[in-house]
Amino acid sequence: MKQMNMIQAINSALDLVMDKDPSVIIFGEDVGYFGGVFRCTDGLQAKYGEHRVIDAPIAEGGIIGSAIGIGVNGLRPVVEIQFADYIYPGLDQIISELARLRYRSGGEYFSPVTVRAPCGGGIRGGQTHSQSPEALFTHLSGIKTVMPSTPYDAKGLLISSIESNDPVVFFEPKRIYNGPFDGDPNKPSIPWSKHPGGEVPEDYYSIPLGKATVVEEGDELSIITYGTMVHVAQAAVSNAGISADIIDIRSLVPLDIETLRLSVEKTGRCLIAHEASRFSGFGAELSATVQEECFWHLQAPIERVAGWETPYPHAFEWDYFPGQERIMAGIRKVMEAA
Amino acid sequence: MTPKSRLHIPRPPARPGDAPDFSYLALSQAGAVARPDFTTPAREIENLAHELVRVLDDEGVANGEWDPELSKEQLIEALRLMVLTRQFDDRMQRVQRQGKISFYMQSLGEEAVSIGQGMALESGDMLFPSYRNQGLFILRNTSLVDLMCQCLSNTRDMCKGRQMPIMYHNRQANLFSVSGNLGTQYPQAVGWAMASAIKGEDHISASWVGDGSTAESDFHYALTFAAVYQAPVILNVVNNQWAISTFQGFAGGERRSFAARGLGLGIPGVRVDGNDLLAVYAVTEWAAQRARQGHGPTLIEHVTYRGGAHSTSDDPSRYRPKDEWDAFPLGDPVKRLKQHLVKAGHWSDEQQAELENEMKEVVLDAWKEAVTYGTMTEGPQLDMRIMFDDVYEEMPENLKRQREQLMELRGVKS
Repeated sequence: MKQMNMIQAINSALDLVMDKDPSVIIFGEDVGYFGGVFRCTDGLQAKYGEHRVIDAPIAEGGIIGSAIGIGVNGLRPVVEIQFADYIYPGLDQIISELARLRYRSGGEYFSPVTVRAPCGGGIRGGQTHSQSPEALFTHLSGIKTVMPSTPYDAKGLLISSIESNDPVVFFEPKRIYNGPFDGDPNKPSIPWSKHPGGEVPEDYYSIPLGKATVVEEGDELSIITYGTMVHVAQAAVSNAGISADIIDIRSLVPLDIETLRLSVEKTGRCLIAHEASRFSGFGAELSATVQEECFWHLQAPIERVAGWETPYPHAFEWDYFPGQERIMAGIRKVMEAA
Repeated sequence: MTPKSRLHIPRPPARPGDAPDFSYLALSQAGAVARPDFTTPAREIENLAHELVRVLDDEGVANGEWDPELSKEQLIEALRLMVLTRQFDDRMQRVQRQGKISFYMQSLGEEAVSIGQGMALESGDMLFPSYRNQGLFILRNTSLVDLMCQCLSNTRDMCKGRQMPIMYHNRQANLFSVSGNLGTQYPQAVGWAMASAIKGEDHISASWVGDGSTAESDFHYALTFAAVYQAPVILNVVNNQWAISTFQGFAGGERRSFAARGLGLGIPGVRVDGNDLLAVYAVTEWAAQRARQGHGPTLIEHVTYRGGAHSTSDDPSRYRPKDEWDAFPLGDPVKRLKQHLVKAGHWSDEQQAELENEMKEVVLDAWKEAVTYGTMTEGPQLDMRIMFDDVYEEMPENLKRQREQLMELRGVKS
């Protein structure tokens, strides 16, 4: 075991799969010589060469479009989109082409592209460097959507994503690249070396997509969440002094419904938390699923805690971010209901 | 008074009722454009983007350095493939009118692009066609029955009932899946070519868009990436003058050729008579040599004319003169190649009539076989369960459940 932050864990995953499989290539803006603006691909071009770690022009639609062709020709591209907020020029290629290629060609063609993109707020990034657009991708048929909350999960899930013959959009919550974040920006930051999720084997391992993890066990409430909000939820539960299951779904598509069902059947109460805006956010799907699966076990309406339905505001970041106070208010509401 | 800006709305030279007018088309004499060595740097051959490479003159005689000097057998085979493509289109257009298939798109008048280019490329080269490149599928020996079954969405449909007609693919023949979204295949072709270069292989790729689709962002991405990485790719713009109802000026063709779009990136552009099979073949062979031997991409503009409607859902008599094709100065590619063969003493009107009848029979026989695999309304039907296959490599739980739900509703035991 080694202490790694999420950037190092992602770098380690990329390094190992590139070493294991010569068809894996990395493609994106600033990923080559420079090693990526967040340093996730640091050192990889020096190790694997310019033909395997390739700097791209500033054209996300072109990057994803050409990566599809690269994948069709037998290579396995791992694309980095510098910020999730910049993925939109590539949406037509993801939605109309990448996600549906296998289906539309009767199973004859596929392109195993993995798209990595740092997402989420809490870094003073304003509306163009803070978004959480994951729900958009979960609405597509033919693509998987993943978001880890620890370095350990990031490495194992990224390896599975790259090795999947289905396309995957892999979101990396950048606020927790360097350490877990409990939602309080005024506290000194904590490094991953102080968190068990920062203990990462140096060797190859993978975590299957579609398996949630129960990060804390309890019997009064089920909190379903992912990404940065896992840590915020943990802090809120601790402050609220209640006994709750905290479920990190890790993979939005495929979704581990069974783990959600078992937990809510046990606790009878459910709170869903994510950073993205609430309306038509992924919480809506989670809420509907829990209602369908566990209606007769529910003792209270399902509560959602999410970003406000505004663009991500620069000056009001901590008023927008669904921090501990909002989760605790949500917990009170769901626990007080009859 | 200081002049004020005024919004320019491009207008075609002729609308229904007007006399056709192609005076806007810059033409060169057959044989007039020099053929540079394929290693020549782009900046030294910018003339190719503005002039028009032509081999066949109005009399059907081959002229100049671009004459690919194809054998009699090659020429007759090219003619056969073009006639076969036209007969295939004709049959499919008619069965659509009879309500047997939902939709169709002819390539009438543009057959030399697919056939001439397909012949000049190698079988290992990967092709990313647009929706009007059925000639490529026919040339690469995709069975007509398979193409028809795709259009029928029947039990032998290669797309398993998931795509509207003409969205073919043929993996074994290196033909990519046709997309209904315009221009998306362009950067994919560049990516395929990049991978070929990464792997050190000498296969190249080629892709096609129409004049209208050059306005899509994917066109510009593709050109940029092809130029940046010097990808071994041939990018083709089939300028058939019309994007449904908007003429090529609406895609920005009023002041500059489409071939010239690559010049700003250092990509050589070649403007070619798209109805001259010899010129299309020669230009493609030249671009393929360039790509294969490490000299990067080429953008080829094929000047042609969309002889039919955009699709079976379109009525061109509402927006262009009915007799416009007759007035098109570059004529009909089938007639021109036939004229050339006759002039050379290789062919006769009788042989042409015989060929046309023979191809008509081949197509009719294929159609008769295709419908035995079912139509949308009659005969064997696709098993609806395959709707849930191939969304992912392995079927996830939710799709298994939805498949069961559908089976239950329909009273079918799964």
